[in-house]
Amino acid sequence: MSTSPTTSGRSEPLANETALRNALASTPRPPRPSAVSAALTFGWRGMLKVKHVPEQLLDVTITPVMFVVMFTYIFGGAIAGSTAEYLDYILPGILVMSVLFTTIYSGVALNTDLTKGVVDRFRSLPIWRSAPLVGSLLGDTVRYLVGGTVIIVLGLALGYRPDAGIIGVLAALALVIVFAFGLSWVFMTIGLLLRSPSAVLNAGFMGIFPLTFLSNVFVKPETLPSGLEAFVNVNPISVLADASRGLMAGNAATEDLAIVLGTAALLTAVFAPLTTRLYRSR
Amino acid sequence: MTTHSPLAIEATGLVKTFGEVRAVDGVDLAVRSGSVYGVLGPNGAGKTTTIRMLATLLRPDAGSARVLGHDIVSEAEAVRGLVSLTGQLASVDEDLTGWENLVLLGRLLGLKRPAAKARATELLDAFGIAEAAGRLVKKYSGGMRRRLDVAASIVVTPQLMFLDEPTTGLDPRSRNQVWDIIRALVAEGTTILLCTQYLDEADQLADRIAVIDRGTVIAEGTAGQLKASVGSGALHVRLLDPDQRPEAEGVLGRELDGVHLESDPAALSAPCADADRAAEAIAELSRAGVSIANFSLGQPSLDEVFLALTGRPAEESASEPADATREEQPA
Repeated sequence: MSTSPTTSGRSEPLANETALRNALASTPRPPRPSAVSAALTFGWRGMLKVKHVPEQLLDVTITPVMFVVMFTYIFGGAIAGSTAEYLDYILPGILVMSVLFTTIYSGVALNTDLTKGVVDRFRSLPIWRSAPLVGSLLGDTVRYLVGGTVIIVLGLALGYRPDAGIIGVLAALALVIVFAFGLSWVFMTIGLLLRSPSAVLNAGFMGIFPLTFLSNVFVKPETLPSGLEAFVNVNPISVLADASRGLMAGNAATEDLAIVLGTAALLTAVFAPLTTRLYRSR
Repeated sequence: MTTHSPLAIEATGLVKTFGEVRAVDGVDLAVRSGSVYGVLGPNGAGKTTTIRMLATLLRPDAGSARVLGHDIVSEAEAVRGLVSLTGQLASVDEDLTGWENLVLLGRLLGLKRPAAKARATELLDAFGIAEAAGRLVKKYSGGMRRRLDVAASIVVTPQLMFLDEPTTGLDPRSRNQVWDIIRALVAEGTTILLCTQYLDEADQLADRIAVIDRGTVIAEGTAGQLKASVGSGALHVRLLDPDQRPEAEGVLGRELDGVHLESDPAALSAPCADADRAAEAIAELSRAGVSIANFSLGQPSLDEVFLALTGRPAEESASEPADATREEQPA
């Protein structure tokens, strides 16, 4: 870049002095952005991060892909009699698993922000208090969509043919994403309480891994010991997996849908204000 | 409008404790609008905590403050609308490019998308980082990052700017560039609260200086008053030929009092506050045939200021980590 030398005669001029003066001249302060606009701006920030480091999507897609392939071809015959039949059972379940694993990264990303100075900047802005959090969730939707789509495409490639067609698949994906929003707030709270991004990641997986396996994602609960079966049946992840299977097959139980949406609403109602509070006070 | 209040910051008895530690222990500040106010102190003195309270990021445990006429607790939102903060850690997003950072802040401050983009480009040009506009900030040098940080603080011109150690860790050239930007901001009428560990930085930029130690203000005044209270600086001379030192000692001894031989065999110094007398002493040296490699008229260092004000050297107390609040969980 070539600029004319400045008057102070430094070896390397900072910039054109007129440009500096113009840039510093007082500009009128615009009205503060609306809550929606601020949140959308933070969503844009989240998407830029994915754009700059697309590899981060690999983390959240490879594991579920491995699960689909391994479980279908190794255990499928033993669990369900045939791989094709097992694929029908497991695919909606893995869709749930894939997206829910991704929610952990909402907490990880928030914790990463906190270890840098940028949160101080956001907190000193005159914007809606929850905007950075809601916005990052909006950005995370991209990840949920990618994670979910990969599993659905993989399933179709392996021969999965849902009875309810594309509408059913989209409805299931939408339901899973709505639930993921609720669960994300839990991980964001954890992200604000723990000290390092890797601690958040570990805690997240320590929570979600057993919960996923102690659900009906992989096996039918009737085959389990009765104590375990009782737990699996009340596990919200089981209900979500059932509801997704139902939507894809065209026979979803209204009760399951209500439980899933209710749980998501409850998680949001409890953890969203908590997260906002912690974000302000930390 | 609140701009015409004579005081941009009015703080009385600010206190912040983290657990057992009183990081800030009764700080009073009065900062005139349109001035640069330096807060000088070693690490752990309470500077960052004070700034974070004034910028509404921390709630004081006691005391009160008005920033641009608004109470920092009950009218925090109004304060946030008028100030900007450049924290000690770079307060930009490392995973975005410089341009994206500025557009992001422009949008968050209420600019429309085209205006935010134009403003980002304008600032990058003016701050000499246009060629790095599309590079991720984590690949920036320290000086570029600092300049971007300051640029991020003025996307929309603030009435008051908090600058927390803007040049710590920068090489001299980058430091000069940041100083130039600060001077230009002041010329435009922005009030600045500048925290620093360096007396020369406060001296170069600040109209008034508060020296802070262990959470309290221990001295306040203009740089001149402060240095007068601390005592003079010293003339440092380094010779080309160490063998000439005895000769130089004799000459300086006649011109100035209290010549001190330094551990460097070619260096010596003498207390001296007056540039004219220093120039005369240097002239005498060269008349006597002593070859000088370099000389400087040094100001008292922060250490010397502290020694004079407190009777002990500036120490890095462990009471306030670089960023106390990140270490401390609120109850």
